[in-house]
Amino acid sequence: MSRRARGRSDFHQFVVRRFGGFAVAAGLLIALPAVLATGAEPIPDRLVVHLLNRLAFGPTLEEARQVKTIGIERYIAEELDPDSISEPIELRWRVAQLDTLKLDPVQLRRLYGPLRSLRGFKPNPELEKAQRERVRIILRDAGEARILRAVLSRRQLREVMVDFWFNHFNVFSGKGLDDVWIGNYEEQAIRPFVLGHFRDLLFAATKHPAMLVYLDNALSTAPGSPAARGRQKGLNENFAREVMELHTLGADGGYTQEDVVTLARVLTGWGVNSPDARVFPEHAAVFEGARHDYTPKVFLGHPLQSRGKAEGEEALDILAHSPATARHIAFELAQYFVADEPPSGLVERLAARFLETDGNIREILRTLFASNEFWDSRGAKYKTPYQFVISAVRAAGVSVPNVRPLLGAMDQLGMPLFGCLTPDGYKNTEDAWLGPDATTRRIGFATTLARANLAVTGAAQPVDAARLEAIFGSTLSDATRSAVKDSPKGLRAALILGSPDFMRR
Amino acid sequence: MRRRDFVKGAAAAPFCLGPAAWAATSNEGEGPGRLIVVLLRGAVDGLSIVIPYADEAYYRERQSIAIAPPGKADGALALDGHFGLHPALASLMPLWTERRLAFVHAAGSPDPTRSHFDAQLYIENGTPGQGTTRDGWMNRLLLGLPGPRGATDAISIGPTVPRILAGKAPVATLPLGPNGAQPLPIDQPEIGSAFDRLYSGNDALAKSYREGRTARAQLIGALNKERQIADNGAPPPTGFPGQATRLASLIRRQPGIRVAAIGLGGWDTHINQGNHKGQLADHLRSLGEGLAALARGAGEAWHDTVIVVLSEFGRTFRENGNLGTDHGHGNVIWVLGGAINGGRVYGDWPGLSPVQLYQRRDLAVTTDFRTVLAAILERHMRLTDRQLEAVLPGAPPASQELAQMILG
Repeated sequence: MSRRARGRSDFHQFVVRRFGGFAVAAGLLIALPAVLATGAEPIPDRLVVHLLNRLAFGPTLEEARQVKTIGIERYIAEELDPDSISEPIELRWRVAQLDTLKLDPVQLRRLYGPLRSLRGFKPNPELEKAQRERVRIILRDAGEARILRAVLSRRQLREVMVDFWFNHFNVFSGKGLDDVWIGNYEEQAIRPFVLGHFRDLLFAATKHPAMLVYLDNALSTAPGSPAARGRQKGLNENFAREVMELHTLGADGGYTQEDVVTLARVLTGWGVNSPDARVFPEHAAVFEGARHDYTPKVFLGHPLQSRGKAEGEEALDILAHSPATARHIAFELAQYFVADEPPSGLVERLAARFLETDGNIREILRTLFASNEFWDSRGAKYKTPYQFVISAVRAAGVSVPNVRPLLGAMDQLGMPLFGCLTPDGYKNTEDAWLGPDATTRRIGFATTLARANLAVTGAAQPVDAARLEAIFGSTLSDATRSAVKDSPKGLRAALILGSPDFMRR
Repeated sequence: MRRRDFVKGAAAAPFCLGPAAWAATSNEGEGPGRLIVVLLRGAVDGLSIVIPYADEAYYRERQSIAIAPPGKADGALALDGHFGLHPALASLMPLWTERRLAFVHAAGSPDPTRSHFDAQLYIENGTPGQGTTRDGWMNRLLLGLPGPRGATDAISIGPTVPRILAGKAPVATLPLGPNGAQPLPIDQPEIGSAFDRLYSGNDALAKSYREGRTARAQLIGALNKERQIADNGAPPPTGFPGQATRLASLIRRQPGIRVAAIGLGGWDTHINQGNHKGQLADHLRSLGEGLAALARGAGEAWHDTVIVVLSEFGRTFRENGNLGTDHGHGNVIWVLGGAINGGRVYGDWPGLSPVQLYQRRDLAVTTDFRTVLAAILERHMRLTDRQLEAVLPGAPPASQELAQMILG
């Protein structure tokens, strides 16, 4: 109770001191001109750390100073407009080396997919094995890009939203050709839309071959249609169910088993082009009319007006604009950014904002970051393994010549990148991750990182405890501060990164 | 109480058990047995595990994924006159013949959801239809067992604590991969004592830290010893058989372990499910071999162990358009252990004709999964009625038939 109450008054005072009573009365903190944010008194560390723990993967020393210089409002405004922020040269240069990120799904399948017989020549087993080895580069490139961006990007909110939306629209690299397409899925279907309109994200994810394969829609076929035969002789409910349960309406969103079957029929034909297709050879994902169910349908009480491919788009539009979807997405955002059990008032306001703005994610977040609930929730979230590992490396300020040890740490902590088998994606709640083994292993990672055990963390130099104290010093609990002070110098950085304070955000 | 004393003695001298000690471990005394739960996440197709080969509808509606009847090539392994076991589970037939393996068919949740995630929540929190129950029924079970709770009474196999084990009682998490016992920095005294000071509070994090430290101290030694033995020559088994082998040796060395849980994925076979071979067969083979290894490797501890294998719901009776199955309802629950009266398929078989199916598409549920658990909790874990109500609130009582499933 007292922690929450104190948090509220902290921010209240901060606002009053810096902007006067008007801002508080108006409740429009974000709308304030940035010029007000200079001069006046310094922004307290606890607010800077809180902001960067949520809009970024934790603070770096440089970003904490940056927030103090430009002010909280301007920082939020810039992060919501990531194209206005320039990226570090190192990041641009290193990501530019990752060639497979530049290929489209057709090229990826041709270069890295299973070898196919050509004009009577059959690939031998050794060649096939070599090709299976070769495809690993896709996962390596995708993992390297993801980790480098999460650690180094100054567009931190975009990276946070990539983590959020990838889990929301999870695909698993171990399913079918998804090992070939997983990097492209993130690049093309998730990343460009993370702060845009929810509808565009839903459409992009649904139409990507990685999703069509992952949830089996690529094979779903209208029974009796011209293309129905063999392994593709009828319906598959998998995608239709999960798109409503997980991606849009939510499990309690009011759809029935009949709606699941109807949507499966609506989406028949949304599939993957054959590797030697003459029609649309440049597209890996296509609508195949020959397997579509053209009979009229009523979906969620709406008689659908369109036919063929447009019918699927009409159904997805119904889902994207449903109040149940607004509430489901609002809940998930509030859970990710505020608390495991988010305040219902906040969820309702975010859902209302979703409906007012046609699902504009940027505007929903703007409302979220201006809410009292957001500023009252300091330290309320337990970091996921991904957030813990990334935030430790960022706070440490060490270079990361090799991301593989960081990926290994995530594996050990039960959260392998691109390795979530089930379509619900990884959870971000404390009850999913806090456990005895998690704590000792996180401490293990913090210690090896702080002591520069290159093989374990990939970081080349030991961590300077003074740097961590400059970032977190005044925000650490008394117990942590005194335990750090009483410990040998060589252990202090490890203790801060392995402290209970650092496990939370 | 007598059993607890015995447990201490066994930990000190694990290989010196004579016939007298064996008698003490069988569950004739007052003490609770041991319960291991294997969760098949993703909804396994129970109709391909205990196969109703005598129902003609089975072959009519499953043209590509059915398993042939016993006696035919690649056919099911005969269980009784009506059901056969998937041939990939041949490693379990000795347990069936010894009557230490039973099945309860057409079992499942009273809640109708076909959402994996809601249905898993319900079989884990033990309150179907109520998502608000935060803790798991296995943790509530731990709280009901006599005596103080130690750090290693409950084991989660994996890096995290699944919902079924979550709650107030401490739970040790052990990855049990081939490298699960590797030393961590925290095992070094200087580092350990520095962090001990940092985590001396009473919050959830400090509590989990201390449980982790104690569990490591108790379990890592046992695992390392086992590793040295296992490494002597052949590489250790991987996947579930490997985890099961290591869990077995852990139980043998630490009979104080009362409950353990593990979740296995990969059962959501919407496409290319396969029949006697294929995707599902491969997964079942690994599961069967692991369970057999657990039975073999647990030594004397097997006699007071019950293993339950269950899944959130079953799959559609008819195969779908892609040689797979979609989300269904009723399923089969597997029960095995030294204390099981097996060699029998329990439960009421509802049949597979259209009117007998649930919503004309799925195997109906005739046995609430909670009554199977209730029989085990009452007769094997020795809970009183009041304790049982705390573990599975509102659950119907176990039938007379299910009560016979536990030897006692």
